[in-house]
Amino acid sequence: MTEKSNLQPQLRRVGVDGLLVTFGDRLSEAANRAALAFRAAIESADLPGCEETSTSLTSTYLRFDPLACPHARIEADLQALIASQDWYAAPLPRGRRLWYIPTVFGTDLAPQLDEAAAMAGMSPEEAIRSISETRVRVQTIGFAAGQPYLGELPAEWDIPRQTSLTAKVPVGALTVAIRQLVLFAVSTPTGWRHIGQTAFRAFRPESNTPFVLSPGDEVLFEQISPETYHAMPAGEDGARWEKLS
Amino acid sequence: MSRSLIIRRAGPMMTVQDPGRPGYLGRGLSRGGAADRLALAEGAALLEQSGDLAALEMAGAGGVFEAACDLRIALTGAPMRAEIDGAAIAWNASHLLPKGAKLSIGGALSGTYGYLHLGGGISTPEMLGSRSVHLAAGLGAPCAVGDTLPVGHDADPAAVGYKLTVADRFAGGTVRIVPSLQTGFFSEAERTRFVQTAFRRDMRGNRMGVPLVLDGDGFASDGGLSVLSEVITPGDIQITGDGTPFVLLSECQTTGGYTRIGTVLPADLPRVAQARSGASLRFAFVALDEAVRVEETEATRKKALRQSRERLIRRPEEMRDLLSYSLIGGVTKGDDLERR
Repeated sequence: MTEKSNLQPQLRRVGVDGLLVTFGDRLSEAANRAALAFRAAIESADLPGCEETSTSLTSTYLRFDPLACPHARIEADLQALIASQDWYAAPLPRGRRLWYIPTVFGTDLAPQLDEAAAMAGMSPEEAIRSISETRVRVQTIGFAAGQPYLGELPAEWDIPRQTSLTAKVPVGALTVAIRQLVLFAVSTPTGWRHIGQTAFRAFRPESNTPFVLSPGDEVLFEQISPETYHAMPAGEDGARWEKLS
Repeated sequence: MSRSLIIRRAGPMMTVQDPGRPGYLGRGLSRGGAADRLALAEGAALLEQSGDLAALEMAGAGGVFEAACDLRIALTGAPMRAEIDGAAIAWNASHLLPKGAKLSIGGALSGTYGYLHLGGGISTPEMLGSRSVHLAAGLGAPCAVGDTLPVGHDADPAAVGYKLTVADRFAGGTVRIVPSLQTGFFSEAERTRFVQTAFRRDMRGNRMGVPLVLDGDGFASDGGLSVLSEVITPGDIQITGDGTPFVLLSECQTTGGYTRIGTVLPADLPRVAQARSGASLRFAFVALDEAVRVEETEATRKKALRQSRERLIRRPEEMRDLLSYSLIGGVTKGDDLERR
């Protein structure tokens, strides 16, 4: 495999009823933006037989009914759409939000901040400043319902995941690895390092808006003290948002 | 009077399932729904109702149920020993469960997932457009003793006494797969060895997926560790860290980093879901156009299930208590065996 990113859209089949357009074999801002824009374009093109779309980090997925629409036809439609513009230069989809999510960095609520900071070659204070001042984008939602993968962090944060798993991080845990943040929507074992804690629940099945964040949204994790965190009324997370586009 | 079924004894994993909730893949929520979708269609055909209605999925074993009103039932999927008030009743068939009667469903005789369908369908509240319990996402919970399942309006409350002849999909066998986006990461030699290997279903399987074990070495791919996490669909066969396959089912996660060697045809996925611990499974690659033909044939067959029903003949010597049957006859139209 070459080290150079492949920035040529590639159409592949996924099982009997899926197609995938991949915009890069490595994660990059341009490939992620292209995947988000291409999904929006498929949705508005209303292709016959199309049943569901999603994005991963660098790809757009489309599930369709091969009995209603033959592969050859939908693949031709997709190839035409791919060729219709430069997706790497496409603007981000409309309706995006900028979120401010209060976060306790470090302390016993998020015990791996110091360790992660050292791996990134920073003091804990520098690490907090670096993370809390970087406006990160929701690159994809996955693994668990509503759970965002956010990036891209400065190059210093290209640190590996742990080889051994943390037994359990709580819901709302902010974790870091490979220049990305994951804000956990479920309590689960993980190899990502736990550097911050929020009261934010990314999946709220009982609510009218069960999925809170969308791919393309941007987030600032604002530092708060443990005292402020503990003083928040139950069920509140202190988060707020404004329209981006 | 509310129509409902009361759970008096519950097997280890009974959940309400319908065809699932498509449309949330981009939100990190997989479709979920019945592990054996064909069994849902069979129950709908037996009861002449919509295949979108919810049924009770019973993993490994059923339970004891009491009807709070006269109910129609149908039993499909993994065959289990079933009785109404002590009298054995046929699997893959529809029956009347009169008010107050006790339905007992025992352990699976073969296969894993048995289904109890009710005339009018189970009408628990919808969550995000579906009644399917999605354990991984925390949507709903397994049924427990004392639960009362609400049942929807039944348009044809007397139409029972039908059976379906069902091909055995409960004992493993050969499963057809198509190449998928990462099949090329496996050398031709590894792919050949994969289709020549007899796998066994491991005991750890659940609604998310089924791990397989084999004698001999696991499978290796080229550059698998540097592949980005990518979309997962039910039927994908991922090769996990130790080289053993894991077939993903309806409640799988939405993205994953393990390399996938192929994808099981939707028509053959019930065979994987139903194979019980220790059952032998083999895989065979088919070309995409053949896979589409298989799916077409299966869709046609599913549509014709209702027409392929046959009358369930009750033999008097199999009836434990003829008197109770005549009483049941009094609350039906009395002609349910004659009607088509």
